[in-house]
Amino acid sequence: MAVTAIGDYPARPRDGVENFHGNQMVIVGWDHHLMIDAPMAFPLPPGMPFGALVSEVMPVAFSAHPEWEQIDWSTVVWQLDGEAFIPDLEASLEDNGVGHKSLIRFVTPGLDGIGGSGS
Amino acid sequence: MANRINMRDRYKHMTRLGWETSYQPMEKVFPYDRYEGIKVNDWNEWEDPFRMTMDSYWKYQGEKEKKLYAIMDAFSQSNGHLNISDARYVNALKLFLQGVSPLEYQAHRGFARQGRHFTGEGARVACQMQSLDELRHVQTQVHGMSQYNKFFDGFHEFPWWHDRVWYLSVPKSFFDDANSAGPFEFMVAIGFSFEYVLTNLLFVPFMSGAAYNGDMSTVTFGFSAQSDEARHMTLGLQAMQFMLEQHEDNVPIVQRWIDKWLWRGYKVLSLVSAMMDYMLPESPMSWKEAWEMYFEENGGALFNDLARYGITVPSYAEICAKEKDHLSHQVWGILYNHTAAAAMHTWVPDDAKMNWLSEKYPDTFDKYYRPRFEYWRDQEEAGNRYYSQTLPLVCQTCQIPMGFTEIEDPTLVAYRTTEYSGDKYHFCSDPCMKIFTDEPEKFCQAWMPPQQIFQGNCGGEGLPAVLEHYKFNLGADNMDYAGSPDETNWNKWKGLDGAGDGQVKAS
Ligand SMILES: [Fe+2]
Ligand SMILES: [Fe+2]
Ligand SMILES: [Zn+2]
Repeated sequence: MAVTAIGDYPARPRDGVENFHGNQMVIVGWDHHLMIDAPMAFPLPPGMPFGALVSEVMPVAFSAHPEWEQIDWSTVVWQLDGEAFIPDLEASLEDNGVGHKSLIRFVTPGLDGIGGSGS
Repeated sequence: MANRINMRDRYKHMTRLGWETSYQPMEKVFPYDRYEGIKVNDWNEWEDPFRMTMDSYWKYQGEKEKKLYAIMDAFSQSNGHLNISDARYVNALKLFLQGVSPLEYQAHRGFARQGRHFTGEGARVACQMQSLDELRHVQTQVHGMSQYNKFFDGFHEFPWWHDRVWYLSVPKSFFDDANSAGPFEFMVAIGFSFEYVLTNLLFVPFMSGAAYNGDMSTVTFGFSAQSDEARHMTLGLQAMQFMLEQHEDNVPIVQRWIDKWLWRGYKVLSLVSAMMDYMLPESPMSWKEAWEMYFEENGGALFNDLARYGITVPSYAEICAKEKDHLSHQVWGILYNHTAAAAMHTWVPDDAKMNWLSEKYPDTFDKYYRPRFEYWRDQEEAGNRYYSQTLPLVCQTCQIPMGFTEIEDPTLVAYRTTEYSGDKYHFCSDPCMKIFTDEPEKFCQAWMPPQQIFQGNCGGEGLPAVLEHYKFNLGADNMDYAGSPDETNWNKWKGLDGAGDGQVKAS
């Protein structure tokens, strides 16, 4: 559908990647760990290696969770924009297919949140 | 020699101020109530259930004002703020002044605009009166709260905050959406959905919360607004019935607006759910009980009445029914995470409160939420109060951080995503996504707080720059209640343990 308006109503998206000063917005959510209230968003250069996202960016959002230290990264299951995904840690976000406002979800098998509550 | 005119003529002369224009065609003078597609056969069928004239309106409102201000003066002279149950309660008032009072002002503007744009003079005069009521509401609320502003943090920059701070973008964007719609949609949005259907879930929790917690100033305001609200509800219902009765082609348009606006209102009320269940030291009822009484029962009866026009209950009512066991806990968790960037305090509920929550939410609180709070409490006691260091993804429509879960699995965030002209958009729920896809040109330009911060439009990079842009008094307006100047002062005034040497806030 389209908006009903009294005159022209051109679409003017406010959050195009060109407004982010060379960064793109990347979203990361940790399934079953809702103590971290929501997926977190980061402005990141598209050339950043995926490994740097994991080792430098994600801890800022998730390391306060008591299960963060217990993660066995070899078992983590990733999803990118709704599809199963195996990241190449050496390659850039862009070369991994991570685009502006892409959503990365990860599941940590065996870790189900505080006391198994999903928190 | 003028004779006194009888009541009927008097009413007519005092309220029917319209005429058929002759220099310009009517459709050019009143273009705005035509483009939305609502068909009106006869504006004379608009009924005015109140038959109130402007002079009696002034007289009646003036009397109410006199009484209200006498009580507010007495409240401040007797230091009424010391009679509240606990200083935590004041955070409900902060949320109200920051989030709700500016909506009263927006309602004033919105009804003033509809009071110009409806072709029907009966509809115009009713909107003009409501516009004045709403201006009175914001003024009396600001006056009422000014007493609290002398003694507590979190009040002083409320209009500035309303336009900028992330969680206030939730109510602000809701009303901006309504005020940028056409007049008929506005009446469904505000007059019907908000004033008629949802108002009890907004004002009853705040006003009965005030009564339970000894806040006579707010209770008095509530009483003073009650007769206004009765008129507003009636206007909302009258507008709805008028649209449905004028032409059957209006029914699907109105149904889509009802679906949109009850959902949008419901999402705004999720902030109220957290206020009810967590901020009020003494709770009159839980969010779940309020939802059952005011939406499921009263709303159900209303939709039974509207069924004869072909109007049905929104299909997402089932989502709300399941979500009522989770909503307040999830929203309090969101606020707790981001309290460093909020102009109010949050805290971990104490044992008595947690037990009350277990009792009110037997299927969910202990299973999903208590472990989170107990962990946070342990961390706090170890001197390590958890604050999120990052910005959450927020829903493109309701603008709340995406902390809501799948109905079938309360441990999984509900993600909904769509693409529009090459960009991705994320939503908390199916109804929020539907609202976007119905009007993508409108919602793709939404002012999303995290995106605005990333784009450098909120003071700069990093939390300190943003908080300075917000004009927070750091460590006073924000952060946990424990250790706040509010707590220190309260304990000192009341002679309670833990009284520090905090200074009374300069007024
Ligand atoms: Fe109002
Ligand atoms: Fe109202
Ligand atoms: Zn939403």
